[in-house]
Amino acid sequence: MKQSITLGKVSKFMGLGFLSTLKNLFTGKLSKEDFRAFLRKTIVPIASILLFLGIWHMGAKALYNVEADFKINKALEERGQAAADEEAACIASGDSTCQPNSLPSPAQVWGSFKSLLRDHGIISADKAAFKEKTAALNAKRVAKGEEPIVYTGRPSFVDQIIRSLKTVFAGFLLALFIAVPLGIFIGLSPTLKAAFNWFIQIFKPVSPVVWYLLVFMIVKTLLIDSSEDSSFTISFISVGLCSMWATLVNTAMGVSSVDKDYINVAKVLKLGTFQKIFKVILPSSLPLIFTGLKITLSVAWMVLIAIELLAQSPGLGLFVWEEFQNGANDSNAKIIVAMFVIGIIGFLLDRLMLFIQNSVSFVKTDAI
Amino acid sequence: MAYLELNNVHKTYIEGGEEVLSNINLSIEEGEFVAIVGFTGSGKTTLVNLINGLLEPTRGEVLFKGQPVVGTSHERGVIFQNYSLLPWLTVEQNVLMAVKEAFPKKSKAELKSIVADYVDMVKLTPAINKRPKELSGGMRQRVAVARALAMKPEMIIMDEPLGALDALTRGDLQDEILNIWGKDKRTALLITNDVDEGIYMADRIIPLRPGPKATLGPEFKIDLERPRDKTEMNDNPSYKKTRNAIIEYLMDIGNERKAEALTPIELPDLAPKSFVGQL
Repeated sequence: MKQSITLGKVSKFMGLGFLSTLKNLFTGKLSKEDFRAFLRKTIVPIASILLFLGIWHMGAKALYNVEADFKINKALEERGQAAADEEAACIASGDSTCQPNSLPSPAQVWGSFKSLLRDHGIISADKAAFKEKTAALNAKRVAKGEEPIVYTGRPSFVDQIIRSLKTVFAGFLLALFIAVPLGIFIGLSPTLKAAFNWFIQIFKPVSPVVWYLLVFMIVKTLLIDSSEDSSFTISFISVGLCSMWATLVNTAMGVSSVDKDYINVAKVLKLGTFQKIFKVILPSSLPLIFTGLKITLSVAWMVLIAIELLAQSPGLGLFVWEEFQNGANDSNAKIIVAMFVIGIIGFLLDRLMLFIQNSVSFVKTDAI
Repeated sequence: MAYLELNNVHKTYIEGGEEVLSNINLSIEEGEFVAIVGFTGSGKTTLVNLINGLLEPTRGEVLFKGQPVVGTSHERGVIFQNYSLLPWLTVEQNVLMAVKEAFPKKSKAELKSIVADYVDMVKLTPAINKRPKELSGGMRQRVAVARALAMKPEMIIMDEPLGALDALTRGDLQDEILNIWGKDKRTALLITNDVDEGIYMADRIIPLRPGPKATLGPEFKIDLERPRDKTEMNDNPSYKKTRNAIIEYLMDIGNERKAEALTPIELPDLAPKSFVGQL
């Protein structure tokens, strides 16, 4: 019993409250109202997903036909009836050399997803084999004080996702460690607020691309002697700088707008400055700070793609760009796979933040 | 020299602006229970904040034990109108925070036992680990009472402490506050808008004439034996007389105010033009 309560709480924290109705459905404790709620919270989303897939499928098919007709007509005009028939037969046979290249259908995207996973399996096996082969040699090299040999093959899709997550996480931490303390100082001191206001107003709307270029200029010079790949450093710093503004503004606002009653309490109890900040001001501005952090995380994940692309950092952004440049038969489907993966991870990150917020803050926030 | 003294205190919020309080003179003796009764918006909270040190007078002086009041002090405990509990702390933590500040040298165990005593005194031991959100209005105000008293102040200043409570809870809490006050006879100042509450609890009642330029009216002594009984009090001729006198006084002030508001304002002459024949 206890476990199911905590499970219910956790699922509610994650914004997956409909799971409890689902549980009631199986345990038979379902009233009429519960059933309505179940319909609304479970069946309706599923139906809308199916509708979405249906429209997507039809649209993809229509676009496919437009492209195919164009190819056949072109063959007819340029090379005559025989070539057109040959082209039509080729397209109908499903041969990859003459497939029309347009919006992929849901089935193609699913196929690409599976092929990406297979690819990951192959690369992982390859890596493991490489590690085994070089284990003895590497041990010797380390003993001699030399660098071990590392695997330099191409990364799999999963490796790229992990790389992107690392970049976002590092960028988010950078934003957190800059924006929260700075926001607190700005919120506490009207002088600092006046000093920083122009700075925030001007730099907040700057585009991720420009941030990347700025960071590139600086980091390139700082790491001029280093032979190491600086793409990770550059991309996580750019992501952090792009995304920290929401947290900075929200923290400053939260700190400067603490309820006057609480400040009076702090005064009457004669709390010291340190105590006042940590016992009164910070807890009362936590909801706003977390709102800022949530925006920061989602902005970080959003600008990541553009920044990885520019920085040539081997994550999801670079994956999308390379597939687009690649122009292979299944490239479009892989791009759509990446789109869904990016969306779903973004959603999960948002839920994770909500979960953390609800476990540390005194105001409970519902998922939107 | 009185325990607490206000001499010709004036207060304006904006420099050169209208006076919220004007020429306030008040003196309270040690161990006395004084109630100040006034309409809402008459400057009661401003007066309280001058005494507890959150505000400074524009002119005049506020003396506590002969010394001018500068800033807040643990010697004067405050119970706020809207409880002002910190919502992210439990009952225990809310009280502990105050106790820790008042007795920085005591060990953690000693502090905790002080907190437990005072929470018990306001009958909230079962709710000690709850947060303010989970408590009713009356319980929240009890926590605020415990927090103010646990610091062992020499004087308790109460700013409409029971204003937001229903009549029954109010009566209960009045008795509790009187009980606690009676135990070690601290000096108490109660600000209220309820004449009966003032008569039931205080030794003296002083009406506050409403602001702007609020000032204190003549005091009324309450010569009733303690402990007082609410039902018996109703039949006491001296109670009836005092109560009528205070209410009459307040009504007069109210009427004066209304009369002021009713001084005829000359309306602009807005007779419509005649459009006949112009259309």
